[in-house]
Amino acid sequence: MAGYIIRRILYMIPVLFGVLIVVFVLMRLIPGDPIEIFFQSGEIGGSGATSREGGEVSRKALEKLRESYNLDKSPPHQFVLYVWDVLRGDLGTSIAYRRPVVDMIASHWPATFALTMASMAVAITIGVGAGVISAIKRHTFVDYGAQMFAILGISFPPFFVGLLLILVFAIKWQTDDGVGMLPAVSNGYGKELILPALTLGTAASAILARLTRSSMLDVLSRDYVRTARSKGLRERVVVTGHALRNALIPVVTVIGLEFGGLLAGAVIIEAVFHRQGLGLRLIDAIIDRDYPVVQGLVLLSAVIYAVANLLVDVLYTYIDPRVRLETTGS
Amino acid sequence: MATDTLAEGDSGLEAAAAPKPRSEWTMAWRRLRRNKAALAGLGVLIVISLAAIFADFIATEPENHFDIMAAELPPGSEGHPLGTDDIGRDVFSRIVRGSRISLRVGFSAVTISAIVGTFIGLSAGYFGRWVDMVISRIIDVMLAFPGLLLAMTVVAALGSGLNNAMIALGVAGIPFYARVVRSTTLAARELVYVRAARAVGMSDARIMLRHILPNIVSPILIMATLGLGGAILAAAGLSFLGLGAERPSPEWGLELSSSRHLLRSSWWISTFNGLAIAITVLSINLLGDGLREALDPQAGAWSH
Repeated sequence: MAGYIIRRILYMIPVLFGVLIVVFVLMRLIPGDPIEIFFQSGEIGGSGATSREGGEVSRKALEKLRESYNLDKSPPHQFVLYVWDVLRGDLGTSIAYRRPVVDMIASHWPATFALTMASMAVAITIGVGAGVISAIKRHTFVDYGAQMFAILGISFPPFFVGLLLILVFAIKWQTDDGVGMLPAVSNGYGKELILPALTLGTAASAILARLTRSSMLDVLSRDYVRTARSKGLRERVVVTGHALRNALIPVVTVIGLEFGGLLAGAVIIEAVFHRQGLGLRLIDAIIDRDYPVVQGLVLLSAVIYAVANLLVDVLYTYIDPRVRLETTGS
Repeated sequence: MATDTLAEGDSGLEAAAAPKPRSEWTMAWRRLRRNKAALAGLGVLIVISLAAIFADFIATEPENHFDIMAAELPPGSEGHPLGTDDIGRDVFSRIVRGSRISLRVGFSAVTISAIVGTFIGLSAGYFGRWVDMVISRIIDVMLAFPGLLLAMTVVAALGSGLNNAMIALGVAGIPFYARVVRSTTLAARELVYVRAARAVGMSDARIMLRHILPNIVSPILIMATLGLGGAILAAAGLSFLGLGAERPSPEWGLELSSSRHLLRSSWWISTFNGLAIAITVLSINLLGDGLREALDPQAGAWSH
């Protein structure tokens, strides 16, 4: 078991190193010098200072800036320096905000994390619930309704769902003093979290509902379920005690992967609700071509994704003892 | 039925194998025809495709025609069934033109992913050894980017724009096809007739294309159909974020994003553009689900 986890961690390292190479190379494909491109685009975000004071950002200052970003060195040399920095926990400094990327992550992380947790709660409640009911009440209107919901959830763009929720809960449905029931611009952690979490959670719940249903149907047709039924156990006990536990094994995987993809999923939702999380920072960085931030955030999400994958696999061996046997056997 | 397909077989070796795949497709079509949801999806998709092809005849107003005097007219206004936007452009005409963009971007991205992914996966599975090693590691790295992040990173490198978003989505889809094709190829390589073809000295390229590829057509087709919906959704998402189409393009995701500040006064602009995306993707997903059940009855998640 311990050996398996260690092997998995050892395998994670070259993959993440590969990610580092890909991101580094892609960022170097940007034609021209990132510093110059940035200054040509007109303004420096965050501090609010404009760079075009008569185009007078002196050549010397630019040289200095370039040096501080190691841009005066050859790309392979830059890469070595970058890897060295990353290993020491330094993801570089944002060109736009003149702020260490690690600091930016630290201050914007909670907004994204809260959104992810809340939307996972929505997704699991709706998704697993709908999937189980759908499987038990197979071929009834409840089942068809749940299936319809699931395919609509996969087909509706989350940004559209978000705007519809804003239209209904923040614009049309108002309290007596003319304020929307729920805020459309959402930065807090209370009721500001409801609309974005519903939006992101509904999209994820559609996938979970489909998976839970088919997994549940599969398990319900197994011999041990038939045995449990023929022993005269009540259907409730059979479903919750015997079937659900096994049906949820593949569901756990998807929950883990969805959780691991948190940053990726939050990008669009944060844009819809102007939520100041990591996703919004990533979009800004891509548009501003603030490459240290893009590099840092993409690397961070790949690490989280890889760790989530690993945790899911380890969790698997606890829920399903058969997996443990197979891995120790090989 | 069976005799018809037999008569069409060409060479001796293939004639022996021919009836099975042919009748499989016929059976698949029969199963698909019984699936009302999939047929509805196919029907709607055909209508949308026709609208995209004949957009210039269907749109009631010329491209980028605006009329400030007719701004923000509600749906059902004379000559504007879906209303007008903030500078008086006809929403219906723009949505019809937008269908052309979304379908083109979706098809192109899926084509890039499917062709490159199939080629890579075939090579890895067929040649094995170091070719497989290298390709598998590259696939692992590409799959290490969650969700849209690989596409977004590629856009960051190429710069925003609709064509770059299309290429980025195409690249981001490659590992999924490559992985599936690789594992199917590994299995197909050991089939008796593939071994026989190798024994009689057929070239690798010919074996891969004539004998292995037909075995993996149906998973690729299923992936491509469902992938088309995903690509259209993702392209609209990138445009919504400002990384794809640029103004004044009538691209649906962009329209949704640029009309969101008008949600309070003219809800219809965002709503109809959003519905256009949703209906298109829904019809493709229904068709894709139906195809999956028809081509691979055991794997259909919704069957029975």
